[in-house]
This record gives sequence, structure tokens and C-alpha cells, in this order.
Amino acid sequence: MFAAAAQYLVSGLTVGATYGLTGLGFTMIFNTTGIINFAQGEFVMLGGMMSVFFRTWLGLDLFSAILLAVAVTALVGAAMERLTIRPIQGSSPINLVIATIGVSILIRGAAMLLWGKDTFSLPPFGGTAPIPLFGAAVQPQSLWALAITLALLTALKLFFSASIHGKAMLACACNRKAAHLMGISVARMSLFSFALSAFTGAVGGAILAPITMTSYDVGMMLGLKGFAACILGGLGNPFGAAVGGLLIGIMESFGAGYVSSAYKDAFAFVVLLLLLFVRPSGLFGKSGAERV
Amino acid sequence: MRPWYARNLAKAAFFATALFLAPFFLPNEYYINILILGGINALIALGLNLLLGYAGQISLGHAAFFGLAAYATAVATTRLGLPIPVGMGLGVSLSALVAWLIGMPTLRLRGHYLAMATLGFGIIVHIVMNETVEVTGGPSGFVGIPRLALLGFSFDSDRSYYYLVAAVLALAALFSLNLIDSRVGRALRAIHTSESAAQTAGVDIAGYKLFVFVLSAAFAGVAGVLYAHFLCFVAPSSFGFHFSVQLVVMVVLGGMASVWGAMAGAFFLTALPEALRGFEEVDILIYGAILVACVMYMPMGMAGAAAGVWRRIGRLRRGRVPGQGEGGHVG
Amino acid sequence: MSDSAPLMSVSEISVRFGGVSALADVDFCIAKGTVTALIGPNGAGKTTLLGAITGMVAAQHGRVALEGRDITDLPPHVRARLGVVRTFQNLEVFANMTVLENVMTGRHALAAYGILDGILRTPRFRAGERACREAALEKLEFVGLADKKDVLAGELPYGSQRLLEMARAVAAEPRLLLLDEPAAGLNTQETKALAGLISRVRDELGITVGLVEHDMDLVMGISDAVTVLNFGTVLASGPPARIQANPDVVAAYLGD
Repeated sequence: MFAAAAQYLVSGLTVGATYGLTGLGFTMIFNTTGIINFAQGEFVMLGGMMSVFFRTWLGLDLFSAILLAVAVTALVGAAMERLTIRPIQGSSPINLVIATIGVSILIRGAAMLLWGKDTFSLPPFGGTAPIPLFGAAVQPQSLWALAITLALLTALKLFFSASIHGKAMLACACNRKAAHLMGISVARMSLFSFALSAFTGAVGGAILAPITMTSYDVGMMLGLKGFAACILGGLGNPFGAAVGGLLIGIMESFGAGYVSSAYKDAFAFVVLLLLLFVRPSGLFGKSGAERV
Repeated sequence: MRPWYARNLAKAAFFATALFLAPFFLPNEYYINILILGGINALIALGLNLLLGYAGQISLGHAAFFGLAAYATAVATTRLGLPIPVGMGLGVSLSALVAWLIGMPTLRLRGHYLAMATLGFGIIVHIVMNETVEVTGGPSGFVGIPRLALLGFSFDSDRSYYYLVAAVLALAALFSLNLIDSRVGRALRAIHTSESAAQTAGVDIAGYKLFVFVLSAAFAGVAGVLYAHFLCFVAPSSFGFHFSVQLVVMVVLGGMASVWGAMAGAFFLTALPEALRGFEEVDILIYGAILVACVMYMPMGMAGAAAGVWRRIGRLRRGRVPGQGEGGHVG
Repeated sequence: MSDSAPLMSVSEISVRFGGVSALADVDFCIAKGTVTALIGPNGAGKTTLLGAITGMVAAQHGRVALEGRDITDLPPHVRARLGVVRTFQNLEVFANMTVLENVMTGRHALAAYGILDGILRTPRFRAGERACREAALEKLEFVGLADKKDVLAGELPYGSQRLLEMARAVAAEPRLLLLDEPAAGLNTQETKALAGLISRVRDELGITVGLVEHDMDLVMGISDAVTVLNFGTVLASGPPARIQANPDVVAAYLGD
């Protein structure tokens, strides 16, 4: 009984790490540009699929393949900002969102043409022998996923608090006009946030690919879960999004284990809805959004 | 001149005539199918436009209301053996009822939070449709829904079905136009711009939001029952997140807060995949590219672009800058 | 003219945002038929008090009464229907509607026809809509914007948008009209015209006015009574002349 719970917790945290990284990506773009980027899930898909592609077709070793995949995805993010978001940046929010939906359809379509409709998997990063932990058998890949997520979060935290670019991004998040007056190039920050979000999402995709398999169409559900993660954490709060992602992963895993695996995807959304009814701006959101 | 209050009636009559004549310009009968599906989508888009375009409240779960009504009438007219009109009534009522129940807590949310909540609702409904196999038939769909017959007339031919859908659509357009050109429409548009200012004008914003949410769900419900009794088959894949997004795109691409724009967007997006079918596998790429191009080059949607062209023509004809015309919004 | 029965009274109202106290046990009343000004340094809680009176800001404690009737628990739109209507410091005109439609929206609660009347274009709808349009035109005439009736409100110059907000507010035929810094952003000439307009609202339309304003010339020129807020509490209240002479008030304004 306890062993089962521990097992669910670990697998929930593992998947939740990817949701959290996806949600983090949503938040970074939202903070600097005010846009909800519906192509975020496609970045995650690209991270996984390109890792597979670079490994098998180019014959790279696993880590080079992942590094290259993550870098290329970041470039895709930057290109997306340059080609579709920048030209219409003054447009209404709903138009910008629809542009991101168009891009997500494009990326998904391109992935389908390039790699077909099959599912692929990536070998685990190291070791396959399960590690016993509180009666649960933990796959080493889970530990890899959590460790990488933690490392990335720490790096981002340092980046935001210590580097000049990170501080500039935070300033944009607080007040875009003021940031602009302070001489921060909001346009460059926007480009940068897309690249960084794509990077983060791609890492999330790469760490998940050995566990759940990947295909051209995994991006949509992952994107929605990531969106749910950042809403759960409170929109605009990057680390709230990461926590939100972990929580959604855990809820799903327990829901699947104890209630019904068929309703696995519904479970997280039901809880999210109930939470929003009680706390209209998420767990860590400012209640300002609620005021009349 | 016609009296001011009959202006919308004239517009709707003109629209009905155009819909009536449309089949005569089609190269073959297959296109009637697309017109019917376009009309059904236009019906949902009309309702969503009231909610999104006028009241400014997003719903990323509207496919659920469309699907709930379709499944309700499917179950009612087969398993329960109820007459078709009763099934259709049940379907529309179910959509409206669910919208009312879900709308009360949900519409308190704003912006992206509202988007998330409606999205989540849509996904939950979609999953339930997939998983309650005993009721819905699950992912493989629900077969054997009877083709529509009303008052002894059965709409067996696609042409007759098209005229039914066209009539319903024209009525729905008139309904929307009249609603918008009244204090209700002004209240909805007021809520869109400033909730506080709307309140101080005495507008019950919570009440109106709920009203327009339920109304738009009912529009989707009517579309849903028409859909079910046309195809005689429904499957969850038609009612997922993807379709909800497509509905929003129809409204925005057509032009927010324009009855004609929403319908044009719906017909356009319904016909587009058919038109792209010749491109085989790259059709999805072209579809995505067209979407991006549309928001880049027509920020005010098709209605906005049309209004721009119209103004330019008027200017050319009169050879001067026109004064402010009647009506501040694109009706 | 003043010192008649209070039209609106606020007693011991307290508002906190998070841990910060915006209003602490404030008593305030507006006598019928007056222009009553509410002044004070920035952040004194003036706009918050307007919010508490209209129901747009939730008060933790205290009561609001309109002609003796307790309206504390009523939502903003119901208070508006009872006659408490406001304008906004940051203009909140309906930019995508025409000027006339804006003012007609102001009469939302007064147009006596239902949703179905509108859809079916019944005689009741036609009569109601015609009456609404005429009344709205009358208010536009009143503020001097009648010739702009078909212009999109968002395209009006700033000063005219202020007038439009005023027209929209009086179109609701309120008993109490609360103006939140109506002179903000206006030039001296426009402010002078505004002063005349506010007096006419009181005298010709018989509407009691609550005025939040920074422009002291405007306030002292047209107010019948003045209340001074400072740090969320009432510092002084009385007729304009007495307020101007009050050393506490002078200190509050010049002190920091």
C-alpha cells in the first residue's frame, strides 16, 4: 500500500517535471510579452523528437543528440518570435494567441512530414536497473529527470537574480513600459524569452522521451498540461508554474492509480477547475486579478 | 427607407436569399455537404461571437456544448426510442443546462484563467465521451442515429437538409442582429470594454455573462443536434480541444464583433481543408501558414478587411473623405 | 442649501487591501442637493471611498446608506439602479461604441423592455428604444456633444471623453453622481466649463454631486461642503471657507 503510493509519487514527479518545465516556458513568454504561447507544447515535442532524430539518423551519441536538439529548438523559438510575433506585436492579444496556434499547427505538420506518425523512444540516460526506495522501484531515468529539472530551475533562478539579462527580463515582467524607459530593449527580451522558453520546453521533452515515448502529436496535450501548470501556480510566477507542474503530475499519477487510469488526463483538470473556483488566481497568484 | 427597426430583417432576408441561391452555383452535389457543415459551424460561430466578440469572454470549450447536444439526441432517439424533435429539444436543453451550471462558477474568472477553465471543461467532457463506452460508443463513435424527419417530412436528400440548415442559420443571424441592436447588445459590448463602467450603468455583469454564455451554448446545441441527424454518426474526435480552438479562430478570423464576419470565418475554415485536399500531405502546413498570414495581414478579421475595402470604394466614388456613417460597429 | 437631510451617508467604513489599511473608520455624508467635495493628498483614500460607496470596493467594516436605506450589501449595479452612479478617474468610455450608444448604455436600467422584445422588435421595444434615444440625445445636448453623436467614442479628444462620461452618468438619472477627478487632464478653460457644468447638474437636473478633485479652485468654487481625507481618515469637514482656513488641512497639504 505504502509502496504503491511511493511508486505513484515518483512517477508523478517524473512526468510533473516536464509539465513544470513546460509551464515555466509559458510563464517566461507571458511575463515578457503578455502572450500565451500555444506552440509551447510543440517545443517539448521537438525536444524529444529531435533527440531521437539526431541520435538515430545522424548517429550522434545520446548526450550530443540531446544538446543539439535543445539548441535547435531554441533557434526555432527565436525564429518563431522573429517571423510571426514581432511583425504583429501591437496586435490584440487574441490575434497573437491565434498566431501561436497557427505556428503550432505548422510545427506539428512539419514534424509529421519529417518523421511520420510513428512513436519513438529514447534510451534512458544511464542505468536501467530499478533502484529500490521506500518499497518502490524507481527507474534511474526518473532520478535523471528530476535532477536535470532541479539543475535547470537552479540555473534559471541564478540567471534571473544575478545576470543582467535575467534582471532585464524580470523588469519587463513587472512593467514593460518602465523597462523600456530604463533602456531595456523589450524587443530583444521578447526574442530572448521565446528562445529560452523553447530551450526549457525542449529539455522537458528530452527527459520525458525515455519514459513515455514520443511522436509528432504529443505536443498538444503536453502544452495544455503546461498551461494548466502555470495557471495552477498562478500566472506570471515562474516557480509557481514549476510547482504547479509537479502537482499536476502527482495528481494524475495518483488519480490513475487509485481512481481510474482511463480518466487520468481528466483528473488534473477537474482538480484545477475546483481550485480556480475557490482561488480564481491560482495557488501563488496575486489576488489582484480578481478585483473588480 | 424602411423603418429603422426593420433594417435587420431586411439584411437577414437578403442573407437568406443568398443562402437559397448558393447551391445553384455549385459545380456538383458533393459541395452541398460542405455547405451544410459550414452552415452548422456558422451557427456555433454566431453564438460564440456573441460571447467572445461582443461580451469579450473567451471559451475554449465550446466544442463540448456542440458534442453534448449531439450525443444527447443520439442517445434519446435510439436507445430511448424518443421522437426526433424530443431528442433535439433534449439535446439543446442539455447544452444550455450544462452551460448554466458550469458558467456560474467559471464566469467569475478573467482572461487567461477563464480560458483555462473553459479549456479544462472541454477536455473533461471530451474524455468522458471517450470513456463512457456503454453510453457513447467510445472512441469508435455512435452509429445509427436516424436522419432527420419533422412533421412527416424526412430530410433525406442533402439539398433538403441544406435548406433546413440555411433557414435556421438565417433566423439565428436575425436573432443575433436584433439582440445586438438593443439594450442587451449594448450591455454586452459595455462589459467587453469596461466592467466597472457597465456596472455603474446598472448592467448586471454576472447575469449578462451567464445569459450570453448559456445562449451561445444553446446555439452550439442547435448546431449539435442538426449535425447528429445529418451525419447519423458522431464520434468524440469531432468535439475535442482542436475543434474548440477552431471555433475561436473562426470568430477571430471572421472579425470579432461582427455577425457576418463570424459566419464568413466559419464557412471559410470549413471549406479550406477541402480546398487544400489537393496538396496531399502538406495541406496541414498550408493551413497553418494561412492562419498565421490571416492574423498578420487582417488584424481586424475578414469583416474588418471588408469594411476597409468598402470605405475605400466609397471614398473613391464620392471623391472625398466620408463623414461618420450610421452605426459604430460592423453589424 | 446644505445641511438638509443627508442623501447618502457612510458610517465607520474600513477598507484594507492585503495588510494595508486604505480607509479606517471613515464617516462621510453628502447632503441632498449639494455639491460635496472630497479632497486630500494622493493616496488619502478618496477613490477607495468612492469605490466603497458604489460597491466596487469591498469594505471590511461599516455601512453605506442611501436616504436612510442600508445599501451596504447590494452589488454595484443594484446601487446604480437605486441612483448611485459614478465616473472614473481613468476614462472608461466604451471606445468601440458611438457617442450616442455610450449615453444610451447609461440608460440601460431605464429602458423598459425585455430581451424578447428586442429580438422580436415588439412595439414595446420600439417605444422603449425611441424614448431611450431621445433622452440620450437630450443629455448629449446638455453637455454639448450632440453634434458628435455618431462619432466613435474612442476617437473623441480627451476633454470631450470626460464630457461624454458625464453625459452617460447623468443619463442614468441618478440621485447621487460621484465624479472621480473630472478635471484631471483638462486645461484651465475646459476646467472652467466643467465647473459650470457641475453646477448645472446640481441646479438644473437636481442631482446631488459627490466630487473627488485635486483642483482646489474648482473645488472651492462650486462646492457646498468639503471633506478632507488624509491617510484613510477624515481630517476635517465643513463649508469650503472654513476648510481653507483649517490649519490641519494646510499642514496636510504642505507638510509632505
